[in-house]
Amino acid sequence: MAEVLVYVDHVDGAVRKPTLELLTLARRIGEPVAVALGNGAGDTAAVLAEHGAVKVLTHEASEYAEYLVVPKVDALQAAVEQVSPAAVLVPSSAEAKEVAARLALRIGSGIITDAVDVEAGEEGPVATQSVFAASFTTKSRVVKGTPVITVKPNSASVEAAPAAGTVEALSVTFSEKATGTKVTGRTARESTGRPELTEAAIVVSGGRGVNGAENFGLIEALADSLGAAVGASRAAVDAGWYPHTNQVGQTGKSVSPQLYIANGISGAIQHRAGMQTSKTIVAINKDAEAPIFDLVDYGVVGDLFDVVPQLTEEIKTRKG
Amino acid sequence: MSLRIVVTVKYVPDATGDRHFADDLTVDRDDVDGLLSELDEYAVEQALQISENSDDDVEVTVLTVGPEDAKDALRKALSMGADKAIHVEDDDLHGTDAIGTSLVLAKAIEKAGYDLVISGMASTDGTMGIVPALVAERLGVPQITLLSEVSVEGGTITGRRDNDAASETLEASLPAVVSVTDQSGEARYPSFKGIMAAKKKPVESWDLSDLEIEADEVGLEGAYTKVDAANERPARTAGTIVKDEGEGGKQLAEFLAGQKFI
Ligand SMILES: Cc1cc2nc3c(=O)[nH]c(=O)nc-3n(C[C@H](O)[C@H](O)[C@H](O)COP(=O)(O)OP(=O)(O)OC[C@H]3O[C@@H](n4cnc5c(N)ncnc54)[C@H](O)[C@@H]3O)c2cc1C
Ligand SMILES: Nc1ncnc2c1ncn2[C@@H]1O[C@H](COP(=O)(O)O)[C@@H](O)[C@H]1O
Repeated sequence: MAEVLVYVDHVDGAVRKPTLELLTLARRIGEPVAVALGNGAGDTAAVLAEHGAVKVLTHEASEYAEYLVVPKVDALQAAVEQVSPAAVLVPSSAEAKEVAARLALRIGSGIITDAVDVEAGEEGPVATQSVFAASFTTKSRVVKGTPVITVKPNSASVEAAPAAGTVEALSVTFSEKATGTKVTGRTARESTGRPELTEAAIVVSGGRGVNGAENFGLIEALADSLGAAVGASRAAVDAGWYPHTNQVGQTGKSVSPQLYIANGISGAIQHRAGMQTSKTIVAINKDAEAPIFDLVDYGVVGDLFDVVPQLTEEIKTRKG
Repeated sequence: MSLRIVVTVKYVPDATGDRHFADDLTVDRDDVDGLLSELDEYAVEQALQISENSDDDVEVTVLTVGPEDAKDALRKALSMGADKAIHVEDDDLHGTDAIGTSLVLAKAIEKAGYDLVISGMASTDGTMGIVPALVAERLGVPQITLLSEVSVEGGTITGRRDNDAASETLEASLPAVVSVTDQSGEARYPSFKGIMAAKKKPVESWDLSDLEIEADEVGLEGAYTKVDAANERPARTAGTIVKDEGEGGKQLAEFLAGQKFI
């Protein structure tokens, strides 16, 4: 059976959820062979095996953390040469997309980015993409070389599918260009204790209507009552009320949760681009004409300063 | 010393218009007004700031690969303050994908001569965010991308990149390819004087033969990917909308409970 390379996104050995989703998709095309690089790479094997990886190629070297992008391209290229896979699947994080692009160029292949689904097809894997702010759905294929496809978070379910997960050391020789861009400092983001925005099942977002950093407490309280992540519109971020890492939309994160709750957000096209594929959409906005109401499954026309605290209270009561 | 900056800018259909696909499943560029991709305005802005803050002799060239109308994007960048423009235009470019676009850009950048390339973080139509990395790979120079802060001093470029898990400071030597995010600083509006001056600035036109690229390396034929279908997403079924008369929060909770979210 053909093998499919899956690039592992992990933090010091802790595999992030989108990689496990990739394993589900990879199993539709062939046998998943995972590639884990950098500090903790070896620690990823157990969880990858549980979710279907027949093999885990690992390589630990300080270069992966000390230099931008290129060392990872070198390693992934080595893996492609070793495995001759039917496809390469990569999570759609900003960095992994750049890694995937350079890999595709080097191996003479086409690349499809931000797929929301991947299926086996007669002429190779077929990727579904959601384009023009999710107003269109396209089906595409790579027609030259080994398909390289990056996949958005929440595109497939995580499934248990125990496999061997045999660990093998990948042999990597770094190219001359690997040390071109040096990482001179790194400040880890402080954990809020809330779920990761792109991975969360529920996202509660606030926009200009929240009217001040101090009022984001209301949004956080609602999020916490549901175990949700907190998002923000660009207007709220530009005003300095909430960090840019939480921005949802074209130039922020793109989310596709089970439930998205927009509070005081008008629903501009660039915001919709990042949340339109959410399963259930709910909005609270005092303007009945706000375009966000075109998207909602349930909308409340009202002042968020009345509706949100009442909603939070009611949720807490119901959850006991 | 002199510093030659090439800014890559894309002409895109207006995101607030009714964007769709043409019969050959390429992006329809006829029915929706086009403009300079807003995210590339940030790249032009950073080039102008580097120029203004430098004691060197800096020349800012804006480069686009696109149809006839893409000249509008160049004009806008020139009216913001760029010095000159290059337009790569050729009928055989229709339908070129990211791999092909990066080939054309890289050849044009080499022909123009450069010390620094500055791109936007992503185009607002394709939104792939990979062309700068591809151009860097082709040119064989460092990529220092997705920067929310950037500065150039001597032959060194430094910047800040905000990733999911961490914020990183980066450093590379020139020549290099940079891309900047919309967090890098508001782009200026063209002044009246700038608009008038732009009319006199040089715009060169190159075609594929000027870049020694064969027609079958680009365009729909040369593409490495193929779109088999594009379907308009069905409109979401109209939801329930209630007016808050004092019970809005409770009604919403009732809905969420019905959907098993509570
Ligand atoms: C290139 C580009 C990229 C962009 N990228 C993004 C992006 O990634 N993400 C993004 O979000 N935007 C993005 N934008 C900006 C986008 O166009 C909008 O300006 C932005 O989304 C508006 O944010 P908002 O809905 O919070 O603010 P507004 O549009 O001002 O809407 C505020 C809403 O709050 C409501 N409101 C006010 N007070 C209350 C109250 N007390 N109770 C209830 N409702 C209230 C109002 O009725 C209004 O509908 C981008 C723009 C460009 C040009
Ligand atoms: N046709 C083009 N002409 C000039 N620059 C482009 C073109 N396509 C992409 N770019 C540049 O590459 C960046 C990223 O584009 P993309 O990878 O398509 O999202 C853009 O912000 C531009 O700076």
